[in-house]
Amino acid sequence: MSDAVSVAGLVKTFGATRALDGLDLVVRTGEVHGFLGPNGAGKSTTLRILLGLTRADAGTALLLGADPWAGAPELHRRLAYVPGDVTLWPNLSGGEVIDLLGRLRGGVDRRRRADLLERFDLDPRKKGRAYSKGNRQKVALVAALASDVELLLLDEPTSGLDPLMEEVFRDVIREEQRRGDRTVLLSSHILAEVEALCDRLTIIRDGRAVETGTLAGLRHLTRTFVEADLAGPADGLAGLPGVHDLRTENGRVLFDVDTDALGPVLGRLATAGVRGLVSRPPTLEELFLRHYHRTGATASTTSTGSATSTGSTASTASAGESAEASR
Amino acid sequence: MSTLTGTGGLVRLILRRDRALMPVWVVIPCLIPVAFVSAFDAGYPTAQARAAYAATSVHNAAFTVTYGPLSGSGLGELVTWRAGFIPVVVALAAVLMVVRHTRAEEEAGRRELIGATAVGRHAGLAAALAATCGAALVLGLLSALALTGAGLPATGSLAYGLGLAAAGWVFAGVGAVAAQLTSGAGGARGAGITVLVAAFLLRGAGDVSARSGGGLGGLSWLSPIGWAHRMRPFAGERWWVLGLAACAVAALTASAAALSARRDLGGGLFQARLGPATAAPGLRTPLALAWRLHRGPLLARAAGFTVLGLVLGGIAQSVGELLDGGSPAARDALARLGGRGALADQYLTAMMTLLGLVAAGYAVQAVLRLRAEESGGRAEPLLAAPVGRLRWAGGHLAFGLLGPAAGLVLAGAAAGLAHGMNTGHVGRELPRLLGAALAELPAVWVFAGLAFALAGLLPRLAAGAFAVLAASLLLGWVGAELRLGGWVTGLSVFAHVPPLPGGDLSVPPLAVLTALAAALTGLGLLGLRHRDLPVG
Ligand SMILES: Nc1ncnc2c1ncn2[C@@H]1O[C@H](COP(=O)(O)OP(=O)(O)O)[C@@H](O)[C@H]1O
Ligand SMILES: [Mg+2]
Repeated sequence: MSDAVSVAGLVKTFGATRALDGLDLVVRTGEVHGFLGPNGAGKSTTLRILLGLTRADAGTALLLGADPWAGAPELHRRLAYVPGDVTLWPNLSGGEVIDLLGRLRGGVDRRRRADLLERFDLDPRKKGRAYSKGNRQKVALVAALASDVELLLLDEPTSGLDPLMEEVFRDVIREEQRRGDRTVLLSSHILAEVEALCDRLTIIRDGRAVETGTLAGLRHLTRTFVEADLAGPADGLAGLPGVHDLRTENGRVLFDVDTDALGPVLGRLATAGVRGLVSRPPTLEELFLRHYHRTGATASTTSTGSATSTGSTASTASAGESAEASR
Repeated sequence: MSTLTGTGGLVRLILRRDRALMPVWVVIPCLIPVAFVSAFDAGYPTAQARAAYAATSVHNAAFTVTYGPLSGSGLGELVTWRAGFIPVVVALAAVLMVVRHTRAEEEAGRRELIGATAVGRHAGLAAALAATCGAALVLGLLSALALTGAGLPATGSLAYGLGLAAAGWVFAGVGAVAAQLTSGAGGARGAGITVLVAAFLLRGAGDVSARSGGGLGGLSWLSPIGWAHRMRPFAGERWWVLGLAACAVAALTASAAALSARRDLGGGLFQARLGPATAAPGLRTPLALAWRLHRGPLLARAAGFTVLGLVLGGIAQSVGELLDGGSPAARDALARLGGRGALADQYLTAMMTLLGLVAAGYAVQAVLRLRAEESGGRAEPLLAAPVGRLRWAGGHLAFGLLGPAAGLVLAGAAAGLAHGMNTGHVGRELPRLLGAALAELPAVWVFAGLAFALAGLLPRLAAGAFAVLAASLLLGWVGAELRLGGWVTGLSVFAHVPPLPGGDLSVPPLAVLTALAAALTGLGLLGLRHRDLPVG
């Protein structure tokens, strides 16, 4: 089966701004793919290119196996989109918008529509300007989810939703996931959401993919924090590969260790005699923050590269450096 | 923190945002009466000629409705009477400006951004009123200066100028109240303009009644538009009428402030009603959506074109009588402005150009709806559905082409009906004036095409179509008066429309204009096909 989305070397400039700078992105058919990145990283621009609304300057993009620009209106029969900033027509009710968008795509499933309206607790009779941001978002979500399509492109769909509604959104996406034949590309800022929903994810910064892979795979890129109360001196710990930030406080040693270097380090601790041990597993937050920080972009040491890293080694490493500096 | 904290800063923000727009509506109304001074000087050089002109005009009910009562035959009286529609223009500008800086800001969500900073609750309203009233005062003083400079007595000129300013102030207040009532800026504008039209009709009815000895002369005192005339510039000025205007302004401002204190940000007194939970079966295509978006403005404009046609056609017959007493120079002046033939037809020809201009304004506005949809983010969800860009754009283009056509048909038919009933030849006048109105259509379509081409190729400059329209208007109007070369006046699109109903119908220019409109539309489609969407 071919990939639902496959993008390679995509470049898009707006005047002096380089919104996309050689982006690679592959979304496999049937998966929920998280698309993460700081504000202005180029997520919305990517989605607009995939929709054939904006034309890329260089690179290739395939959507459901076809060129999104040339195949624009026909391809859209097979997908639904929730824009990042939903605005509605002031004189149309939410229900009218849902029906219009659904009919344009070829029909609305009345049962599903009613079910979604109830779950999202949305009054479809209000006019566009009477909805709050969150409710406008819900209108777009119901319109997209009520249609029977292969691919959902969601641009930060839960921004503005309250936690209760966010939970409903997750439930609905999980149901889609269980059906197995729908692909979801979910641009998001909310880590918990991505952790809860996504099979794989891509992190984008400055128009380039810096990480891509499964959640478990990406955790390997992070460091585990270790705090140990040792019986004797742990000579040579500092010299082991993968150990960072070693320091001693009240007779305990504290350090960070690259996850794939954990084994030898624990062996060395054991020889020194462990009286107490605290270790904190890597969080996605840490991984995230490393990529979100923009400082220290010139550093080029301590490669943390691994098989799952698609970004340039230099950029990954520099992000690691900056994360260290900011601790 | 007082409720007015930050007003000064907001006034500066308004001046910054309107620095291009405001000079236009402040300066142009000052120039028009000056042009009338030279026109009357040339056309009616002697006191005798002016007295004869006044004696004819004073009995013309249609003129009384349009311009107000004529108080005497002095040059100043004639000029200010002939300029009697300017208070309406100023009032309209004031309503639009206040709504633009209050309710429209609120609707766009920008008011909230400012409301969260250290500004007082009433600062936004106060700033909009202060900027608008200030602009109206400048307009009044400039008008007074201009008339004095043209040789009219200073006292009368000042009374005329302050009368204009007062009309602006009162309608700024009307706009402020209207902005509190509805939650949409469109509704607020509609409410303000309805009050303006009512004031205009009230003044007209009162003045006609007073002229014909009826008992309703007092009506025009109820109309703020009438107060400018009641100040009797150049005819024994009545300054105390300004006090009346001041009281009205105070009352309106206080009401607006009270209403604004009582409602929530973004809310109105008239809450938007609930809509249907499901869409009507027909709402399933981009064209059906375009109809939903355009039908309100279309129906309002259809009514407007009909009224315009009835009034303009109704006046036609009396025009011939009016100019009989004028000098050859007056007829010459009109010949330069319009077509050949009988005076009534000359007048009607000029009015057809006016209808064409109004229709072109509507055409540009309707086509630019497309841009508003795009930059407002409402095009994106449609284009992400299986809707081609050209199909989406075509829906709006259709209303930009057919809406003005419908307007011209209604205005032409209404003018023909009114003029035909006055002359007793409905069967002759109706088709003749309908045809004359439709002859404007190719020129109108050129403007629709221009706006569409800009939207496709230079989306951020699309509003420039309005500038081209305004330039066309000025060239056609001033060019004849100033005896500019033919190639200069030829730049005005409307210069190429055959002068109907007076002159001969010649098809080639109409064909060329139609072809130009089609070419521009094609360019727009080409641009839309190839460019990124949406462009903010
Ligand atoms: N139409 C546009 N014109 C100019 N710059 C744009 C346009 N769209 C996006 N950009 C710029 O491109 C970059 C990426 O934007 P975007 O894709 O919206 O980021 P994200 O959705 O990840 O926050 C930003 O720097 C933004 O300012
Ligand atoms: Mg975005």
